[in-house]
Amino acid sequence: MNPLEIYKTLYLIRGSEELIINHYKENEMKTPMHMSMGEEAIVVAIVAALQKKDLVFGTYRSHALYLAKTGDIDGFFAELYGKVTGSARGKAGSMHLAKPSKNMMLTSAVVGTTIPVAVGAALSNKIQKNNRIVATFFGDGAIDEGVFWESLNFACLKQLPILFVCEDNNLAIHSHIKERQGYRSIEQVVSQFNCLVGSSETTDVFEIYKLTANILEKMKKSGKPAFLHLKYYRYLEHVGVQEDFSSNYRSREEYLRWKKVDPILIARKYLLKTGVKEEEIVIMEKNINLKLQKSINKAKNALYPEETELFTDIYG
Amino acid sequence: MRFIQKRLSYLLIYMAKRIITFEKAINEATIQEMERDSSVFLFGLDVTDHKKIFGTTQGLEKFGKVRFFGTPLSEDAMTGVALGAAITGLRPIHVHIRVDFLLLAMNQLINMAAATSYNSAGQLHAPIVIRAVIGRGWGQGPQHSKSLQSLFAHIPGLKVIMPSRPYDAKGLLTAAIRDNNPVIVIEHRWLHYIEGDVPAEPYTIPLGKSHILRKGKDITIVATSWMNVEAFKAAEILLSKHGVEAEIVDVRTIYPLDDETIVKSVKKTGYCIVADYDWEFCGFSAEVAARVSEKCFTTLKSPVKRVAFPHVFTPTTRVLENKFYPNAVTIIREVEKKLSLKEADLQGEDFYSWENKFRGPF
Repeated sequence: MNPLEIYKTLYLIRGSEELIINHYKENEMKTPMHMSMGEEAIVVAIVAALQKKDLVFGTYRSHALYLAKTGDIDGFFAELYGKVTGSARGKAGSMHLAKPSKNMMLTSAVVGTTIPVAVGAALSNKIQKNNRIVATFFGDGAIDEGVFWESLNFACLKQLPILFVCEDNNLAIHSHIKERQGYRSIEQVVSQFNCLVGSSETTDVFEIYKLTANILEKMKKSGKPAFLHLKYYRYLEHVGVQEDFSSNYRSREEYLRWKKVDPILIARKYLLKTGVKEEEIVIMEKNINLKLQKSINKAKNALYPEETELFTDIYG
Repeated sequence: MRFIQKRLSYLLIYMAKRIITFEKAINEATIQEMERDSSVFLFGLDVTDHKKIFGTTQGLEKFGKVRFFGTPLSEDAMTGVALGAAITGLRPIHVHIRVDFLLLAMNQLINMAAATSYNSAGQLHAPIVIRAVIGRGWGQGPQHSKSLQSLFAHIPGLKVIMPSRPYDAKGLLTAAIRDNNPVIVIEHRWLHYIEGDVPAEPYTIPLGKSHILRKGKDITIVATSWMNVEAFKAAEILLSKHGVEAEIVDVRTIYPLDDETIVKSVKKTGYCIVADYDWEFCGFSAEVAARVSEKCFTTLKSPVKRVAFPHVFTPTTRVLENKFYPNAVTIIREVEKKLSLKEADLQGEDFYSWENKFRGPF
């Protein structure tokens, strides 16, 4: 684990989304944005703890996952602008970011739907004996879906090499978890299945890294699947780039409490504490900003797909 | 001498024929593909039990429990599992003993598997075969006897096949397994017992090719699945009672649809009846009727007639079931109307033969 690299990735993701916020009002990125702001530590830590050959599956809120797993900012921005240089030639947009060549396999706009697909990939890995782990990311809304339980059951039944990652922000769109779940603790329920369980409420990327590395080690030894339950706070509205505290389903005070332990902020503090010089960090941040600005300009100037592309790739 | 030679060649042709059932043809295609390609595996609810899905999964134990296994009752997740396996290099065959159960998996099928290639701009493929059994049995009622080919064919990204002969069952299933897209294979349960000539070696029939089941010059009957059996019976009677030569086009593949063969036939006969084993309203028969009307407008001597299910559910009681399902008699009567023929006396003709043979409970 390289703390500097981890911080770079965190900063790259946050910087990318800040750029999206700045440019979204231009109305050129015509795709519904589900912003990652607040969840960065979970994604960056887990991707860092996994190996490159390991597969990840995400959701419609996968800006962070895409960038952490692939580092492909050009494909990312171009996809948001609907350009032919995008990760899916502009056809998929923000909700379907994927780059299978980098093992960023699949994301989906329907809650919970990539979970069984990830389980299938884990089954495939087990059959092919290739020692690759699958990590599937989903929110607390997804565990309301029957398919989550079907998938968990099958993964435990077949003892598949898969890490279920529940990124719990207490909200399914605007519905609070207390209005949706009839059990006391998801960890308790899942612990009755034949799998490993871990959980944390920290926003410290290095803590989550340790937790993940530890559970991955146990998975390898035991051959069991694992379930990680991690809390975070969604900074922005469910879809869009604005704050939504005035709509009264949650409070600004709550946000401000979480903002004090912002994942990028505390990772930066950690670097300073371990002796990295502030100037070094500032230069690094500047370079990332420049790189991002260049990438977004490239995306703006890129071509749209030809009209004939409407009819391609329906069948393989 | 010439006579003997002729007899001998007939004998050779006869000997070359290899008559097996549709069920055996499905089984043979599966086994041969699993032998040829180690990435092929078969799973589904109760595929390994003593009944082996009407015998079609018989003998697959030899491939081991990793490549042949039963599943929990989780149709949606298991379809997702098939997709996950498919995008990572395997070729799953997922089997449902009733197409009705596939409705539990529509999210994975339509939102996910069908859209995989498009959403990834062709970076991912989903080579999945989904076999689903349809059809009338013995009081199966509204939740055990749907067909749904129209529904599946409506979705871009899916292919849909409905073989009606053992020869097609083997060739089309083999092609489906080798195809890089999700292919729904819809099998009418009564067809499983049909016998026909099937070569022993593996072969494929391209998806998207219709087949002229019976040549004729007077009227075209476009049929799907079991309706081919009914149409064939109708054609025999139409010939004997009226001297009418009906041409039957077995579409075999619902999507991609080979409408060229249909159009060519209708341009020859000038009349068209579509006999589909599904609901008529917004059904596959409407698609065929629309295409024939567009492409044969000047040659059609009368509007295209559809013979399909009424807009109601399948009843359980036999009397209403008989009323629900169109059959050879329905087709004969429609042909007579089209060609302005007097209704033939059908007393003494043997209809519903399979239905009468069938005994419960399932």
